[in-house]
Amino acid sequence: MSETHAETAFARKAPVAFVAEGEIPASPPPMNAVGPVKWIRDNLFPGPVNAILTILSLIFIVFVAYEILPWLIDSSWSPAEMSLAGCRAEASGACFAVINERFPQFFFGFYPQDLYWRPSLAFGFLLLALWPVLFESAPRKLLFFSAIYPVLGYWLIWGGTIWGPLAVLAAPVVGWLIYTRLGGLCERLVGEAFGPLMTLIAAVLAVIVWGLFLVIPIDEALSAIAPIALQHVPSAKLGGFLLSLIIGVVGIAASLPFGIALALGRQSNLFIVKALSVGFIEAMRGVPLITLLFVASTLLNYFLPPGTNFDLILRVCIMVTFFASAYMAEVIRGGIAALPKGQYEAADAMGLTYWQSMRLIILPQALKISIPNIVSTFIGLFKDTTLVIVIGLLDPLGLSSAIRADANWNGVVWELYGFIALFFFIFCFGMSRYSQYLERKLRTDHR
Amino acid sequence: MRTTYAIGAITIAGFAAGVASAATLDDVKSAGELKCGVSTGLAGFSSPDADGKWQGFDVEFCRAVAAAVLGDPDKVKFVPTTGKTRFTALASGEVDVLARNTTWTFSRDTDLGFEFVGVNYYDGQGFMVPASLGVTSAKELSGATVCIQTGTTTELNLADYFRANGMEYEPVPIETNAEAQQKYLSEACDAYTTDRSGLAATRATFETPSDHVLLPEIISKEPLGPLVRHGDNEWGDIVRWTLNALISAEELGVTKANAEEMAASSENPEIRRLLGVEGDLGAMIGLDPKWALWAIQANGNYGELFNKNIGPDSPIGLDRGLNALWTDGGILYSPPFR
Amino acid sequence: MTVSATARPEHGFRLSQLIYDTRYRSTTIQVVAMFAFMLAVGWVVNNAIQNLEALGKSFSFSFLFSTSGYDVNQRLLEYSSQSTHGRAAILGILNTLVLALVGCITATILGVLAGVARLSKNWIVARLMTVYVEGFRNVPVLLWIIVITAMVNESMPSPRDYRGVETGAFVFTNRGFYFPEALFSHGLGDLDLGLFKVSLDLMAIIAVLAAGIYAAKRIGRAADVKQAETGVRPRVFWYRVAAIFLPTIALLLFLGFHIGYPELAGFNFKGGTFLRDSFIGLWLALSLYTGAFIAENVRAGIQAVSKGQTEAAYALGLRPSRTMKLVILPQAMRVIVPPLISQYLNLTKNTSLAIAVGYMDATGTLGGITLNQTGREMETLLLLMGFYLIISLSISFVMNVYNERMKLRER
Repeated sequence: MSETHAETAFARKAPVAFVAEGEIPASPPPMNAVGPVKWIRDNLFPGPVNAILTILSLIFIVFVAYEILPWLIDSSWSPAEMSLAGCRAEASGACFAVINERFPQFFFGFYPQDLYWRPSLAFGFLLLALWPVLFESAPRKLLFFSAIYPVLGYWLIWGGTIWGPLAVLAAPVVGWLIYTRLGGLCERLVGEAFGPLMTLIAAVLAVIVWGLFLVIPIDEALSAIAPIALQHVPSAKLGGFLLSLIIGVVGIAASLPFGIALALGRQSNLFIVKALSVGFIEAMRGVPLITLLFVASTLLNYFLPPGTNFDLILRVCIMVTFFASAYMAEVIRGGIAALPKGQYEAADAMGLTYWQSMRLIILPQALKISIPNIVSTFIGLFKDTTLVIVIGLLDPLGLSSAIRADANWNGVVWELYGFIALFFFIFCFGMSRYSQYLERKLRTDHR
Repeated sequence: MRTTYAIGAITIAGFAAGVASAATLDDVKSAGELKCGVSTGLAGFSSPDADGKWQGFDVEFCRAVAAAVLGDPDKVKFVPTTGKTRFTALASGEVDVLARNTTWTFSRDTDLGFEFVGVNYYDGQGFMVPASLGVTSAKELSGATVCIQTGTTTELNLADYFRANGMEYEPVPIETNAEAQQKYLSEACDAYTTDRSGLAATRATFETPSDHVLLPEIISKEPLGPLVRHGDNEWGDIVRWTLNALISAEELGVTKANAEEMAASSENPEIRRLLGVEGDLGAMIGLDPKWALWAIQANGNYGELFNKNIGPDSPIGLDRGLNALWTDGGILYSPPFR
Repeated sequence: MTVSATARPEHGFRLSQLIYDTRYRSTTIQVVAMFAFMLAVGWVVNNAIQNLEALGKSFSFSFLFSTSGYDVNQRLLEYSSQSTHGRAAILGILNTLVLALVGCITATILGVLAGVARLSKNWIVARLMTVYVEGFRNVPVLLWIIVITAMVNESMPSPRDYRGVETGAFVFTNRGFYFPEALFSHGLGDLDLGLFKVSLDLMAIIAVLAAGIYAAKRIGRAADVKQAETGVRPRVFWYRVAAIFLPTIALLLFLGFHIGYPELAGFNFKGGTFLRDSFIGLWLALSLYTGAFIAENVRAGIQAVSKGQTEAAYALGLRPSRTMKLVILPQAMRVIVPPLISQYLNLTKNTSLAIAVGYMDATGTLGGITLNQTGREMETLLLLMGFYLIISLSISFVMNVYNERMKLRER
């Protein structure tokens, strides 16, 4: 380095006309190759077609802004008189007073106002329960909480005694106890060959008997002894986004096990099992949800024993679960199909049985790569909950009609639609961003 | 997996809770609440207020029935129904009584298997048009675009009327009143047709109601009334006589405010029978002797219900018209309480 | 205890083999599954029969042949309130199919444009498309249908505003859009097929057009042959154009073709082709909504083809256009088409939301007014679900055939 320096110093002493003496300072790039000008040139006007597109887009944006902004700005949030007339007297634009007044109704429907904390808490717990499922960084012990969440959430929202939900929660425990403890007894009774099968049957029977005949007496007996209960809130009080969320979450959570079973059934080699699974999946995917909702509201009672009549929201949840499980089955089937054949072959080579290979090798991987699609199925389902309006349930969209039937708010249109759209957008957009994040994280191929 | 168990158990709980017996009265009493089917939203007849409390003419009739049966007007579960789901809701036992401005027709009474217990509002289908249209009679509506609420008798009446008069029209079927109104106001239809009460109710909420006129023609009879399932006559009697009690109360001058006092002091034997001071009318229909008193105390007599929700002083502003008592020139007439 | 499938057991058949022997187990499972399924179906049917009996209802489709009593606004067949419920159902089904068909076409066009535009280098166009795609994907389609129909109603002038105004060939009102229609002053009339009528004019035009296209193909093929023989391709472009259009134009002249313009008459415009506001709202909303999903599929499809493929194709000396046609598109299509077809399926099913804006599709007539007026929930819903199922299964069938054809052959 020093030598070069010396040479330069020498060259300076004896200047040569055509040799540059030193480095010419870099001149700033021309105006059109730097900064905003270059950016605009590259990104907005790279060619004539793009220039036209850009100008059209700008005109469109200006037009929309011109139409909407004055309406938004000259809006009225809390006029003196809480009605459309009150809004009109104050401002010529939007009348957001209706949102202001009906805000809690949009979220909680007709839920008793002093109990709003319960659905809120249930929602908070839902996020907590989803955390370990959706993010691997969460503490694993939380999975236990996720497992009991369905019962907890049910209890928080509908209320009633705690013993009923606890008794339901005990059903699988009872089954498990019988399955693990009664093995020896069964073998002695029916011989070694049928022992394990008998234990399984006994366990399943026990769960069914427990669920069908014991839950209610146990609930009643324990409630009489220790009446730990929340105030019961009937389903008719549910509405608004709370209702959408309940239907959506129940639909997805309940459809997951069904969907896995259906997907395995569809991939199965057993002809009848496969035919039944395919038939169910195609039948559910082949009809619009709206017809299934009609079935829930008008036909489901026909198909149950005479005199049976149960909650409309539960009926809707059942049909939505059927519908969602067909989609879920296809999503999971996609996940299973995406696994390289080597995985199956490796499992076979290890001598694993069908269920072992499914449980230990195939399903964990298939479910993991299916999560983004499960999330998008959920988004779709959540959006579709608005269809319950056709059977008279008051979801946000149904509420908007009911609110407009109030003489005070008759004639409010865009504010309500805008608010509902905004809510769904925030929720679904967040979810879809999350699923994209997952997709990036789970991508293992190196493209 | 646990979710499945939970769902299963909820289902079973639902089964157990919902097994309906033949006697609706027993069901209502054991459940401690009346399940009442109402409209998802029709100004003046049923709509939820900001607190989520249902309000309106039909709603208050339900409260009166609940008061008569259970002694408490608030023990009602309101089940919003659409034009499409209302009959199934009643047939399947999802609701005990349907008070959703439903027209009493032959086929509904017989073929669909329901029992109309009376008429709480005598209505007729009419047309509303903008005054600027210059139309003064429905006969001039040939070629018009007409908004109708679907799922009702109105679309059949409309088809019949236009066919009988040899006119053409363009039907625009709409699910809810709110949407029909929005369509009508944006002039996407020339005329809006539904029951005149509904038209008046809708018009009352316009910014300038005087810009719209109701055409004089009434193209159908629309007796609107509460209905119950066919076959449970005891329950039908209860709902029928609750309605009659409200009408009689108005005729006899018994109001929400003076009902208690009347019961104590009135010398009129009919009032005494009605309010349970004399005779045992309550026992005859399996209710408390004071059932009618409670029903009246819930929201007042028929006239009070009418005036508060849809009468001239309410935002809806309907005249009594046919719905005045027979003594006032209307056709509202309750059989005697004897 | 499990017996290896290859080794013969020494003892005879034992009952436990039904469960533990892999040779018999699958049969056992299937028989049990079948039995359980039959039991469930029997239970449901038995319940339904009992319930219907209790309500005093019969199970019969005779209502389809009774007078409907209501009017339907969009009639592709002759229909009046004196027609039967069955005919109203057919009308609704046709309306559904029309909506689904035009919806799928526009959704594809929109989706492809938006998908490509989202990858555009033009910042503002790409952002605008992102807003479009995310905005439509994340808001319920029912809301979009209602909002767009309401927009048509609120923003367009009503027919009355056109009074005394000279209107052109196209009229846009808040009740729908009117377009010129083709009229024939001495047409051939209709062919009555009993259930419905077929326009002979249309048939004749289709036949002549098809014959013209066939002739044009023959000319093209003759040119191919000549090219193969002599190496010089004769110029046949104009002959082919003439073969297609001249006979058709001649036929149109013969039929007395002229264009009918909409004219204001009374309350509404008369004449011209009329697209109702509800149809436009549904069409736009469904196309835009489904288009947003298709755009994502298209984008994913294009991005799924790795750059190496393009580079390899260039290295082989393929021109960019041929690279696109022979290398990129076939691979991108394999990714795009299956979700595309399931989007078609979704769009078709979403047409059932037409009842929200009063478009009389199958759900509006058969599953709506007919159900309501006759009170036959079971029969109407079964028919309705059967109809949708048939459409969906046909679409799925097409999808499966395509998938089977395009499947990557693994080992």
